[in-house]
Amino acid sequence: MPKKEIDLAYKIEHLSILDEDGELDSDLEPDISDDLLVKMHRTMLLTRRFDERMLTLQRQGKMGTFAPIKGQEASQIGAAAVLKEKDWLAPSFREMAAEVWRGKSMENILLVYAGFNEGGLIPDESHTLPVCIPVATQVPHAAGLAYAIKFKKEENVVMVFHGDGATSEGDFHEGLNFAAVFQTPTVFVCQNNQWAISVPRSRQTHSKTLAQKALAYGMPGIQVDGNDILAVYSAAKDAVERARSGDGPTLIECITYRMSVHTTADDPSEYRDEEEVKEWEKRDPITRFQKYLKQKDLLSDEDIDNLEEEIKSDIKDVVQSWEEKMEDLGDPTDMFTYQYAELPPHLVAQKEEFEAMLSKKE
Amino acid sequence: MGKMNMVEAINLALKQEMEKDGDVIVLGEDVGVDGGVFRVTEGLLDAYGEERVIDTPLAESMIAGASVGMAIHGLKPVCEIQFSGFSYISFHQMEAHAARYRARTQGRFGIQMVLRCPYGGGVRALEHHSESREAYYAHTPGLKTVIPSGPRKARALLVSAIRDPDPVIFYEPKAAYRAFREEVPEDEETFPIGESEIVREGKDITFITYGAMLQRTLDAADTLQEEDGVEAEVIDLLTVSPMDDQKFTESVRKTGHVVIVHEAHRSFGPGAEMAARLVEKSFLYLEAPIRRVTGYDVVIPLYQREKDYIPDVKRILHGARETLEF
Ligand SMILES: Cc1ncc(C[n+]2csc(CCOP(=O)(O)OP(=O)(O)O)c2C)c(N)n1
Ligand SMILES: [Mg+2]
Repeated sequence: MPKKEIDLAYKIEHLSILDEDGELDSDLEPDISDDLLVKMHRTMLLTRRFDERMLTLQRQGKMGTFAPIKGQEASQIGAAAVLKEKDWLAPSFREMAAEVWRGKSMENILLVYAGFNEGGLIPDESHTLPVCIPVATQVPHAAGLAYAIKFKKEENVVMVFHGDGATSEGDFHEGLNFAAVFQTPTVFVCQNNQWAISVPRSRQTHSKTLAQKALAYGMPGIQVDGNDILAVYSAAKDAVERARSGDGPTLIECITYRMSVHTTADDPSEYRDEEEVKEWEKRDPITRFQKYLKQKDLLSDEDIDNLEEEIKSDIKDVVQSWEEKMEDLGDPTDMFTYQYAELPPHLVAQKEEFEAMLSKKE
Repeated sequence: MGKMNMVEAINLALKQEMEKDGDVIVLGEDVGVDGGVFRVTEGLLDAYGEERVIDTPLAESMIAGASVGMAIHGLKPVCEIQFSGFSYISFHQMEAHAARYRARTQGRFGIQMVLRCPYGGGVRALEHHSESREAYYAHTPGLKTVIPSGPRKARALLVSAIRDPDPVIFYEPKAAYRAFREEVPEDEETFPIGESEIVREGKDITFITYGAMLQRTLDAADTLQEEDGVEAEVIDLLTVSPMDDQKFTESVRKTGHVVIVHEAHRSFGPGAEMAARLVEKSFLYLEAPIRRVTGYDVVIPLYQREKDYIPDVKRILHGARETLEF
C-alpha cells in the first residue's frame, strides 16, 4: 500500500507566441489567412475606438452604465475568430469586441446601454446570445446548449466567455462539471483581466492558475497570454476542433488586463495602483499585433491612419443611426409584449390599466 | 451628528455596532478596500481590519452560507449582497438554513445574521439592478424582512436588525440612498423590528407604503390636501415581515378608504397580504375596494421606461381619487 503519485491526464501549459516586443515564436505561429489577420486587426481597432466613444457618450449622460473592454480585444477576438457562423457564442457583460466580431448590431448595443429594451432583439439567424449580467450564470447555459447540439447530432460548438471573478461562483463549477461529464462541445474562455471590481485575482482563488480548475473536472485547461492574439487563436482553435470532433470541453484562461474602469459607475483609484495600469499599457494587444502585421507586410503606418479615419466615420454613422432610432422608439407597452408567448388575463387587464394612465398624462 | 443621507446613516450603524460588539463581522463583494459599490461600508476596513471586514470571493451562496456558519459559532455577520437581483443566488442558503436552523435544532442554534442589499429602481442601472422582490423573503417563515425609507430609520432599524437573534433581510432602497438628508442622532437609536409608523395623520384615506415609495406617497398626500381637501393618513410599514397590521387596520377603520403603494409586482406582492389582513380585520369598515398602486407583473423595463413601471405621484393620486369617488 505505498503512496503513489496519481497520473493525471492533463498538465497546465502557458502559451505565448508573440511577445510584448513583437518577437514571434515562428514554430508556434498559427496558420491564419492574410484576410483573416487583417479583419481581426480591423475589428480590434474598431472595438477599441467604439469602446472609447461609448465612454464619452456615457460621460455626456446619453447612455447609462456599461463595462468597457479596453485591453481585452485580443482575448475576445482571437477566440471568437475561430468560430464558424453557426457556432454559438455566449458572452458575459464585457465582451463587446467578441459580439461585434460576430456581427452584433452596434446600434443595438448602444440601445441597451441607453436603457431601451428594444436593443435586446436578436436576429433570427444569429447564434450569439444576449449579454448576461449575473456573473457566471451563462456558463451552465453553454453546457446545456452544447448538450442540445450533441443531442441533435449537429456539428456546432458553443464558446462561452466569463471573467476571473466568475470562477468563484457555483454556476461556473456546475457548468464545467456538466460539460465534462457529458462531453459536450463547449469551450470556456476565461477573461482573466486580473480584477473583479476591486478584488484582485490573487484574492479570488488560492489556486496558482484558473486554468487548473479544468483538471478537477477532467477536461483540458490551458493558460495563454491573452494580449497575444496569435496565442489566443491557437488555443481556441485546438479547443474548438476538439469539441467539434466529439472530444469534449476545454477551459482556456486568457491572461489579460482590464485597462479601464470596471464599469462607468466605478472609480479604480480606490483600490488599484495606476503604475499597474502603466505596466500593462506596454503589453497592449493592438500595438503588438500591429508590429506582427507590419513584419508580414500586411499593414503600414499609412494603412493604420486610413483605417482610423474609416473607423471614425463608421462609428459616427452608428451613433447617428442610434440617435435616430431612439426617436422612433415610442411604445411604452413594450414591457408587456414579450412577458409570455401569450398575455395572460391579469396582464391584459394591467396593460389596459397602464394604457388608460398613459392617455391621462398631459 | 447632523444631517446624513441614508448611505452615511447605515455606515454609522455598522460602525457603532462593530465598535460596541467585537463579534459583528462585515462580509461581501467589494465591501473592504473599495468600501462597497455604494460606499456603504466605507472606512470599516481601516477601522476594524481584514478579519472583521472581509472582501469575499465572488459567490453569493457562499456569502450567505458562510454567514450562517459564522452565526452558528457566535459571530454576528452582516453580509452585503451587491444588488438584490443577485441575492437569489444566496436565497437557498437563507431559505434552507438561516430561516430554519432555530426550528431544526429545537432552539439550540438561532442564526443571528443580517443580509443587506440595495434594491429597487431609479438609478439608470443595467438589467437585474432595479427590481423589488422582497416578497420572496417575506414569504419565507423564519426570516424577517425590513425596508427603511429614510436615513434615520435606516440607522435605527439596522442596529435593531444586527441585535435581533433571528436572520433579518435588510433591503435598502437605492433610490433613497442619497436622495435626501435627515437629522440622525449621534447617540444610539434603535427601532423595533415588526413595527410600522404613522408618518402623516389624516381621517379620509389611508396610504400604506414603504421604502422609496414613501416620499412620493407623502407628496401625493399633500396634493390631495391642497387640491381635494382630503386628509390622508400615511403609514410607513418599515418591516414587511412580520407585518404589523395593527396600525393600518385601525387606520382604515377610521378612514374607510385605503391605497397600498409599492414598487414590487402586484400579484402575490406585500400589498396582497395587506389586503388580506384588511379584509380579515376591518372588512365592515371598508367603504370602497382596496386599491393597489404597484409595479406591474412584468420584469421592470430598462431605465428609459422604468418610470412607466414604478408608481409615481400621478398614479398614486389616480388610485386615491378612484377609491374616494367610489
Ligand atoms: C451574481 C452576480 N454577483 C455580483 C454582480 C456584480 N458584479 C458585476 S461584475 C462583477 C465582477 C466580475 O468580475 P469578473 O468575473 O472578473 O469579470 P470582469 O468584471 O472583470 O469582466 C460583480 C461583482 C453580478 N453582476 N452578478
Ligand atoms: Mg475580471
